[in-house]
Amino acid sequence: MSDMNLTLKVWRQKNNQSKGSLETYKILASEHMSFLEMLDVLNEQLIQEKKEPLAFEHDCREWICGACSMVINGQPHGPQRGTTTCQLHMRQFKDGDTIVVEPFRAKAFPVIKDLVVDRSAFDRIIQSGGFISVNTGQAVDGNSIPIDKDTASAAFDAATCIGCGACVAACPNASAMLFTSAKVSHLNQLPQGKLEAKQRVLNMVSQMDEEGFGLCSNVTACEAECPKEISVENIARMNREYIGASLTSDKFV
Amino acid sequence: MSWFSTFLTSSIGKKLVMSLTGLFLIVFLLVHLTGNLQLLIDDGGRQFNLYAKFMTSNPFIKITSYGLYAFILLHAVQGILLWLKNRAAKGGGYAVNNTKATNTVAGFAKNMGWLGIIILVFLLIHLYQFWLQMKLGTLPMVNYDGVEVKNLYVPVMDAFSNIGFVIFYVLSMVVIAFHLWHGFQSSFQTLGLNHKKYTPFIQFLGKAYSILIPLGFALIPILFFLRNS
Repeated sequence: MSDMNLTLKVWRQKNNQSKGSLETYKILASEHMSFLEMLDVLNEQLIQEKKEPLAFEHDCREWICGACSMVINGQPHGPQRGTTTCQLHMRQFKDGDTIVVEPFRAKAFPVIKDLVVDRSAFDRIIQSGGFISVNTGQAVDGNSIPIDKDTASAAFDAATCIGCGACVAACPNASAMLFTSAKVSHLNQLPQGKLEAKQRVLNMVSQMDEEGFGLCSNVTACEAECPKEISVENIARMNREYIGASLTSDKFV
Repeated sequence: MSWFSTFLTSSIGKKLVMSLTGLFLIVFLLVHLTGNLQLLIDDGGRQFNLYAKFMTSNPFIKITSYGLYAFILLHAVQGILLWLKNRAAKGGGYAVNNTKATNTVAGFAKNMGWLGIIILVFLLIHLYQFWLQMKLGTLPMVNYDGVEVKNLYVPVMDAFSNIGFVIFYVLSMVVIAFHLWHGFQSSFQTLGLNHKKYTPFIQFLGKAYSILIPLGFALIPILFFLRNS
């Protein structure tokens, strides 16, 4: 097991009202630790020094929950492509490195404390259309509606979005288009979702705008930084579905 | 709000306006270049002046030109507003920024606002120098087979014999090339026209267009300057 001496520059911010700053810490880590385990060690160290531990979000630590939002050396979830922070291991860094850790930056994601940001804007976008309406009762037989493999795969690729917010963090405009388009593309491609497809895209885009996210400039930083490698083809799909739904929906408002 | 204004003021609607006006201006560049290339015909400006006369007197072209002015204004004003809105939505950057992008033109995408403002400044000077002279200025007249036309060739000759202006013009074309490099293919993505079969072709066409059109514009003052000196 090889040890690494690291310098951490971590964003510390008491609460939403206070001004934060980067604080410097020295830490001894192992190359086999995950990034979050390294932060756990930092917190042990801070507690022993009777200092306030660092607040950061984590939940599953197995790449599916999307909680571990932070920007590491200028990249959401760190330098390794297609992973979340929990799956980033210290072997990606070198002994003696300085690592800068900051919270996701977006007006729609206000900082709560240190590295923890409020991403409930995403929840409200999901609530506005990330569902299908079905009658409850006996569970429907699996595969009762045949869906061809290509469609199922495309919908599934979009459905792999874990709503972590890396797309917003990476975007110079803090646009949530990759997230919202993944949710729209997941359901609108499937027969079960097609019934409410028009209203879904109209509602979700409207909610996304209301939350104060920026607009897409087709920079594609979102696609590069997404831990699930969601494609910007989904943004094009959302655009054409939104344009189509706006022009052809029977509703006047 | 009516459904139409809701549509056009939504995030996607605003981008749609940028995309459609941008595509119109892209087509306009080709028309403009076709006109300008007539400057290279070595006939003392006869062909060019007759073309200028046609462009300012044909009623259909007149109507289209009002649309053009409106679209330039809309593209510029909306572009600047969106640029400011997007910066506000980010609310400050990172101490370290290393974000990658999958699209090779992303570097230009982030700077469309700056590039656009430089183009706007160029455009204002350009309009003052040629367009306003044609519309209001006192250009010398020239007679071709009994037809009296304004001699727009004269201010063009003057401008293109000034090395400072030639350099400014060529640099502005480089900026337009960068703006088009992102804008061309981005306008299709905004319209939702992204398809595995066609997107590679659109991207290739966009790159070819954004090199060839500004190159065509830039060659004219360079050739004029070399011919005159």
